Amino acid sequence: MAYTPHTEEERQRMLRTIGVDRLSDLFADIPAEHRFPALDLPEAVSEPEILRELSALAGANLNAAQTPTFLGAGSYRHWVPSVVDHVIRRGEFATAYTPYQAEVSQGTLQAIFEYQSMICDLTGMDAANASHYDGATAAAEAVIQAYNIFRSKRRKVIIAPTVHPHYREVIRTYTRGLDVVVTGEERSTDAPLSELAAQVDEDTACVIVQSPNFLGRIESLEALKEEIAARDKRTLLAVIANPLSLGLFNPPGAYGADIVLGEGQPLGLGLNYGGPYLGFYATREKHIRQVAGRLVGKTVDEAGEAGFVMTLTTREQHIRRERATSNICTNQGLMALAATVYLSTLGKHGLREVAELNYHKAHYAADRIDALAGFAVERERPFFNEFVVRCPAPVQEINRYLLNETPGGPIVGGYDLSQTYPRLDRHMLVAVTEMNTREEIDSLAAGLRAFVEDQGGAA
Amino acid sequence: MSEPLIYELGSPGRRGTKPPALDVPESDLPADLVRDELPLPEVSEIDVVRHFTRLSHLNYAIDIGMYPLGSCTMKYNPKINEETARLPGFAGLHPFQDPATVQGALGLMYRLQTYLQEISGFAGVTLQPAAGAQGELVGVLIIRKVQMDRGETQRDTILIPDSAHGTNPASTSMSGLRVVELPSDERGNIDLDALREQACDRIVGLMITNPNTLGLFEEHIEEVTRIVHDCGGLVYGDGANMNALMGVMKPADVGIDVMHFNLHKTFSTPHGGGGPGAGPVGVTEDLRAYLPSPVVIRRQDPVDGSFSYALHEPAKTIGRVKAFWGHFGVLVRAYTYIRMLGAEGLRGAAEHAVLNANYVRSRISDVYTVPYNRICKHEFVAEGRFEDAPDVNALDISKRLIDYGVHPPTNYFPLIVHDALMIEPTETESVQSLDQYVGALLQIADEAKQSPDLLHEAPHKAPVRRLDEVRAARQPVLRYERD
Repeated sequence: MAYTPHTEEERQRMLRTIGVDRLSDLFADIPAEHRFPALDLPEAVSEPEILRELSALAGANLNAAQTPTFLGAGSYRHWVPSVVDHVIRRGEFATAYTPYQAEVSQGTLQAIFEYQSMICDLTGMDAANASHYDGATAAAEAVIQAYNIFRSKRRKVIIAPTVHPHYREVIRTYTRGLDVVVTGEERSTDAPLSELAAQVDEDTACVIVQSPNFLGRIESLEALKEEIAARDKRTLLAVIANPLSLGLFNPPGAYGADIVLGEGQPLGLGLNYGGPYLGFYATREKHIRQVAGRLVGKTVDEAGEAGFVMTLTTREQHIRRERATSNICTNQGLMALAATVYLSTLGKHGLREVAELNYHKAHYAADRIDALAGFAVERERPFFNEFVVRCPAPVQEINRYLLNETPGGPIVGGYDLSQTYPRLDRHMLVAVTEMNTREEIDSLAAGLRAFVEDQGGAA
Repeated sequence: MSEPLIYELGSPGRRGTKPPALDVPESDLPADLVRDELPLPEVSEIDVVRHFTRLSHLNYAIDIGMYPLGSCTMKYNPKINEETARLPGFAGLHPFQDPATVQGALGLMYRLQTYLQEISGFAGVTLQPAAGAQGELVGVLIIRKVQMDRGETQRDTILIPDSAHGTNPASTSMSGLRVVELPSDERGNIDLDALREQACDRIVGLMITNPNTLGLFEEHIEEVTRIVHDCGGLVYGDGANMNALMGVMKPADVGIDVMHFNLHKTFSTPHGGGGPGAGPVGVTEDLRAYLPSPVVIRRQDPVDGSFSYALHEPAKTIGRVKAFWGHFGVLVRAYTYIRMLGAEGLRGAAEHAVLNANYVRSRISDVYTVPYNRICKHEFVAEGRFEDAPDVNALDISKRLIDYGVHPPTNYFPLIVHDALMIEPTETESVQSLDQYVGALLQIADEAKQSPDLLHEAPHKAPVRRLDEVRAARQPVLRYERD
C-alpha cells in the first residue's frame, strides 16, 4: 500500500504494545453505524498508470505557455529561468515545515528575509511580509489593515474601477461582515485618479489604486498622495503594482504610498492555470505592527552568531487568536522562494532588461495593431506590457478565429473586456511579454487582418 | 557556519542568466517614470545555485527525518506528485483561456471535487480556498449568509472549544462575529452542559475539530451537532485532523454541515516551508448554492452523451475569495495522491496513522504524563514537564530533540494542557523510526533529571543555537540594510 511501510509482523507487534487485538479496535469510539463506510473511488493505480492518465488529461489542454499567447489580465506568460524550479524542487525547501523552530529552519528563514528585502527594494517601502495567498487577498488584507489602523472608526474604502475585477470582488467578500463601505468602482474607467481623491473625507480609511491598472495604463501617482492628503491627512494610499514593471519604473514607494502590494506571479512562477501564486505586501515602518502575515527578522543566537526568526508574532493567529491581525497561517512560502531565486538570477541588470523587453515588444505590437483597418489602440496614456484594442467585432468571435482559423496555428488572443466593463464591448486587452517573438507578434497582426478580410472588410 | 546574504555575494556589474535579445524596434521610454536605482543583487548563476543549495542544507525537512508535529500531518510528500503537477499541459495553462481549451484541467478539478465529496460525505465542494484558514473563513461566511437569507440577523456568535487551533477564533473575528469559548470536560470532550447553556438563537454555529486537538474522537459528536442544530445553528468542522478519518467515518454523517480540508496535510502536498497549501471546503446539499464562485460543473451533451466541464457561479454564492480558480498546482498533487491510494489506501493511511500514534503513546506514557491517556486517534498530547525536574519545560524538551535528529513536536498547543507536546507521527513512519523517536524522548526524560543543562542550552547540534527572539521583536530588522 502506497507509502505506509508496515509489515504484518510489525503491525502485530505494535498492536500488542498498545494492548489491543486488531486495528479496528482503535476505532471503537466511532459511532458503529457510521464506522468504515465504503468509499466509491477509482481503484488505486501505480506510477506509470497515473502518468498515463494525467498525461492524457494534460494533453487535452492547449498549452498557452508553448503557443503564441497574448492573454494577461493578472497572469502572464513569462520566462521562468531553469534555476528557479531546480531550487524549489529541493526536498530541504519543499518538504520543510513552517519555520516555527528557527534553529532547524535557517534556510527557509534566511530565504524569506532575502525575499522581504527584495520586495522592499522593488517597491520602495520599508518592510514586507512573507507573503499572502495572492494579489487579490493581499488587497483585501490591505483594507483590513487600514480598518484596524483606524480602530474600526473609519468605514469608507475607495477603490479605483481599474483595479483587477477579481481583487475588487475579493475585497467585497472579505469586508462583508465588517462595517465597511466600499465605493469608487462606479466611476468611469477613463476618470482620472484625482476624481477618486475628491471622494476622500475623514471617514476614509484608504484609497486603493492599481498601476499599471487593469487596462494596462500606468497611473499618474505623482500628485495622488498629495491630493488625498489635502482632503484628509491620515487616509492611507495602497497601490497595487506589477512587480516586473518595477524593474523599469519608479516604485509607488517613491510617490508616498503607504502600502504597496500585488501579484508576484510574473516573478518566475509560471501560469499553472491560476495558482498557486504569490501575494506580496509591503508597508512603512510605522505600520508594521498592524501588518498581517509572517515577518522574519534578523537576530543573534546564544553564541552571538547571526540568525533569523519569525518575529512580531503576537500579531498572528497562533498567539493572538481572535484578536490577530489576520487568520493567515499557511501562506505561499515556496512561491516566495521561487520569486527570490528569480530576482537573484536576473538581478539588478537582468530584471531591467526583461522589463524593457516587455515594454518595447508591447509597443511594437500596439503600433502594428493600430495600423490595421478596423482596429484602434489608444496611445495617449503610457503603458507597460498591456494595452486596450478597440475591435471591429466581439472579442469572443475574434479569439475563436485566432484559435481555430489562422493558418500558422492557434494564437491565444487577449482578454475580452466586455465581461468586466459592459461599456467596453468589443475591446480586447492585449498582453505582450518577453516570450512573444517578433514573429508571434507579426502573426497576431496578420491573424487580425485576416479576420477582418474574412468578414468582408471592416465592420 | 552561516551563509552570507545573497546581497553580500557577487560584485558590481555581475550578471546572472541572460534574457533574449530585443528583436523589435525600441520605443521611447517615458523619462519621468523610469527609475534610476534598482538595488537588487548582482550575482552569477553559479552564485545563485550555490547560495540556495547551501541555504537548503540549513533546513530540516520530511525528506531528512521525522516531523511528529501534532495537527500538521507531516507525512511523506510523494515525488510522483511533483511530476504530474509539472506536466506541461497543466503547468502552461493560462487561467483565462477559453474553457473549451482546458477541458483536461477542468475535468481534473471536477473529479477532485467528487472524490473529496465521497471521502467526506458532503454534497458539494469548492476547490478555491488557498489554505485551511481561508477555508474556515469561507465556512463561516457561508453559514452567516444562509442565516441572513432566512432573516435571522440577530445571530452574531460562534462557539469554539478552548482546544481549538488559533485560526478558528481569528477567522471568526475576520467575519465580524464574536467568539464564545467552550470548556472541555475531564475526558477532553466538549462540555455538553456548557454547550447547552450557550445554545440559543444568538448562535451562528459551532466550530469543531474532530478528532480534536488532543487527538481524541469527540465521544458525543452526534449529541453535540444535534444541540447546535436544535437552536438553529450550523456546525463547521475544522478538517485538519481528517488523517484519522479517511475511510473510517464521513464527517457529514455525524452532523457536520461544512468542513475544510487541508490538502497540504491529509492529502500529502508539500508544506514548502510555509505553503502553498490548499483548503477546499465541503458542504451539505442545503449549502451548495452558497459556495464561493466559481465551482466546476459537468454537463452532458443530450445528443452524443459526451461530457464537458465549465466554471459556474453558484446561485447564492458568498462571492469570490481569491483571484482565478484556486491552487491548481496543489490540486493536481492531491488528485494524484488520491488516485495512487484508492479507497483501500486512504483507509489504510488513516488506520496506520492511528496505529503509529497509539504506539508512541503507549511507549512513553509511563514517563511522560498523558492527561487523557486512552486510545487516541492520529495524534496525542503529552505534558512536557516532570515532577522531579521542575526547571524543565516543553521548550527545553523540544530543543533537545533537535540534538537527537528529530523535529520537535508542536509546543504549547492546545492551550488546555500544561507545557503541551502534541505528537502526530503520521502513517508514513516505520516502526524503526518510531522506536528511534521514543528512545530520544525517554533519554531526554532521563537527562531532565540528571543533567538538565543539556536541555536548557539545547540545541547544541543545529546550525545555530537558541535565538534571541526578544531582541528580534524589540529592534525589528526585517530587511537587508546597506551600510
